[in-house]
Amino acid sequence: MQTLKLNDTTDTAFSFKPKSKGIIPKGLMLLAVIIIIVILAVIVAIVFYNGIGVISWKFVTHAPEQGMTAGGIFPAIFGTVALVILMVIFGVPIGVMTAIYLQEYTRPDSKITQLIRIGINNLAGVPSIVFGLFGLGFFIGFIGAGIDKAFYPPGRPVWGQPALIWAALTMALLTLPVVIVATEEALRTIPRELKEASYALGATKLQTIRRIILPQAMPGILTGTILAISRGAGDVAPIMFTGVAYYLSYLPHKLSDQFMQLGYHVYVMATQSPDVEKTKPILYGTVLVLLVLTFLLNIVAIFIRSKIRNKRVGQ
Amino acid sequence: MKKIIVASLIMVLAGSAFAANTITVKGSDTLLRLGQRWAEVYMKAHPDVVIQVSGGGSGTGIAALLNGTTDICEASRDMKQQEYDDGKAKGINIYRVAVALDGIAVFFNEANPVKEITLAQLKGIYTGSITNWKEVGGPSHTIILYGRENSSGTYSYFKEFVLKNEDYAEQTQTLPGTAAVVNAVAKDKYGIGYGGIAYGTGVKYAAVKKDDKSPAVEPKMESVTDGTYPISRELYWFTNGTPAGTIKDLLNWALSPEGQKLAEETDYVPLPKDVAAKNISK
Amino acid sequence: MNKYEFKPKSKIRELLGEKIIAISAFTAIVVILLIFIFIFKEAMPIFTNAKVQNEASLSKLFLKQQYYAGHEPKWSWQPNSDVPKYSLIPLFIGTLKAALIAMLFAIPLGVGAAIYTAEFASKRVREIIKPTIELLAGIPSVVLGFFALIVLATALQKLFNFTYRLNAINAGIALGIAVIPIIFTLAEDAMTAVPKSLREAAMALGANPWQVSFTLVLPAALPGIAAGIVLGFGRAIGETMIVLMASGNAAITSASFTDSIRTLSATIAAELAEVVFGSPHYNVLFFVGALLFVFTFIINLGGELILTRLKIRLQGKTTK
Repeated sequence: MQTLKLNDTTDTAFSFKPKSKGIIPKGLMLLAVIIIIVILAVIVAIVFYNGIGVISWKFVTHAPEQGMTAGGIFPAIFGTVALVILMVIFGVPIGVMTAIYLQEYTRPDSKITQLIRIGINNLAGVPSIVFGLFGLGFFIGFIGAGIDKAFYPPGRPVWGQPALIWAALTMALLTLPVVIVATEEALRTIPRELKEASYALGATKLQTIRRIILPQAMPGILTGTILAISRGAGDVAPIMFTGVAYYLSYLPHKLSDQFMQLGYHVYVMATQSPDVEKTKPILYGTVLVLLVLTFLLNIVAIFIRSKIRNKRVGQ
Repeated sequence: MKKIIVASLIMVLAGSAFAANTITVKGSDTLLRLGQRWAEVYMKAHPDVVIQVSGGGSGTGIAALLNGTTDICEASRDMKQQEYDDGKAKGINIYRVAVALDGIAVFFNEANPVKEITLAQLKGIYTGSITNWKEVGGPSHTIILYGRENSSGTYSYFKEFVLKNEDYAEQTQTLPGTAAVVNAVAKDKYGIGYGGIAYGTGVKYAAVKKDDKSPAVEPKMESVTDGTYPISRELYWFTNGTPAGTIKDLLNWALSPEGQKLAEETDYVPLPKDVAAKNISK
Repeated sequence: MNKYEFKPKSKIRELLGEKIIAISAFTAIVVILLIFIFIFKEAMPIFTNAKVQNEASLSKLFLKQQYYAGHEPKWSWQPNSDVPKYSLIPLFIGTLKAALIAMLFAIPLGVGAAIYTAEFASKRVREIIKPTIELLAGIPSVVLGFFALIVLATALQKLFNFTYRLNAINAGIALGIAVIPIIFTLAEDAMTAVPKSLREAAMALGANPWQVSFTLVLPAALPGIAAGIVLGFGRAIGETMIVLMASGNAAITSASFTDSIRTLSATIAAELAEVVFGSPHYNVLFFVGALLFVFTFIINLGGELILTRLKIRLQGKTTK
């Protein structure tokens, strides 16, 4: 009857000592959690403490003055908004269609699906600075310069230079995986019965996608879009060479204009402002705006996603 | 949601109709503040003209001029022979004009007891043959070198004029802007940095001696204008061909007493009056 | 006509729709290929153009060079010199130093927190931890860079008396903060994916919760943790803004982690805007980009592979 003695102290693979030495490792694990939370709290606290003083309506609606030592950050906010809107227009439809293709048109274990998945996962891992290089080499050097050659008289380039459209396209490619993953997650929650009912009523696949699947997947698409926007508002490396400007005295109004962006504005003020001490409050204020913006976006995304997940669990 | 997107899109795309006389100015971070100020004031007087000013370094501006992506390149150094040659090969007729002066200040931390330094010592420090503050009369501690990224005209000018074209010591931390250098030295008791005199607050300016026997001169507006401060330079605008039209008007206004006064107000050193008058484009 | 009645629309439209969707689906792959082509295209002159090779051939990029008569041969990155020096070795060393510190910082925290969250945390605690991690992941890297440049560097120097305020440790820790969410997410996913039946079986055999965690769940989830570490490393190598701002950017060839460093990614960011298109310097920077692309590609593929095998192990099949 020895084998049934569960508290046996012999060293077989399936015997366990009940003595709870688990306190120490468990404590260490908890410590890791606490450290992470403290890191986040410290960053947020320092930024809030130093930045909150300059935040005012004027700060977010006025342009920088006196070489960025005074005034606000409106052009950077405007440029950021313009950038992410274009990015969403270029990127989200493609991301959504990719997700639909993967979920509705192919079997999950087919070679094509696996190939596309490898592509998406690798795209997600390409460093953002490499996207910047790509944007410069492909969009500006190849597409833009090509358009100039074909349609414009020689001289000053119109499209073959850093511009809002190229930065937005680069950013759209960078955020594509985010959109795809979030959309796919939502697509998986759609009950099969719903689609079958649609087909039974005589709908074609495309009609089912448009009228049944897309509306059902909307929360997922929204999550992906919001996360992509959060990335686009703060990521600097991909747009450094493709369109962002240090300072502009006007707001971008054409696709071929350059633009200012919040993330880059932080970088510029942190490293190149003419008067470090005078800039510091504005710098912290800008970081605060950027941080609050990305946190709000992320919180909304987390909220929508948890709703999707609950729905799935509910089924 | 859709409406918001469409409305914002129209906002972004609209306005492409209004034909503006646009001039792009790009280059030196040292000149950036002055360029911005000039643009602000000039645009107020000429509402039909739009001037886009951006920085990134003299190298960036020169590259942009050679690549045809800017009208005016601001540079805190002359072009290198290689760059003149590249321009010629690309069919660009490079025109150079000095628009202001600048002294390059050497920054010490405010707690540093060292007050003056010779050009030879500076060279030793930045090429790595002098590594300890005690060799130049300070405390016994490693000298922490801060410099600019190699796209900056200040980097090139300092290398050419102070280092006599030798390479910077590899320990030199290259920071992407003069502000970053000032900030670093302000926080680093044993740091040394350099940059335009229009910049530094929170750090101490070193008085610089041309050689052992010369007097130590502090970087001030007067000492730069009269040439007694040893590390000073002209700041340039480069254009493709002799300036014409709006660019010419802008340039001549910048060189006018009004434009030069703005330079002084923004902590730059104006050109001597005769030089400014001579540089005006006919 | 009622809302739920569908007319059988034209076949052409149906087919066209399907084609557009299918074509879109290949965007990711096409973009990967285009990135590969266009970055290598600009890096190519290093292999083909004699004039470029004169300054930057492969041997000049990787082997020690004697730049001046009478001087020791060495690795040196001084692209704007009279004798341009394009050795990538100091940049490799800098990149690895920063990534190593980042991993040393992020692995214990990321994995530890993941184990706690997956195995011990109550539902309420979990609801605090997971959003915290997501917010951490949402912090733009330029903000982390700023934080490391202004706050962390000063704190670390005060604490450890570093000679160089901006150094590999400072940049590495900031980088680590960016890597934690990647490791945490993958590790936590892998642990929660361990089948309930397995845990219950162990419990039935008399194991207490931590024994279940450490002798059963952890080994089963190990590939997921490994994948998190691998992908986190990929991120650490490619991340740009943090190192650009926090590392000091000095291309030093040394073994010390308290020296300033210059990484591959920061070098591209700092220098590309300045170069004349088509110059050797331009080609070298694209070559650096190509190397980064290849490294991260291999790392990601490796991570993928591990994850796929994990799925097979836990579910006995390759699909989700």
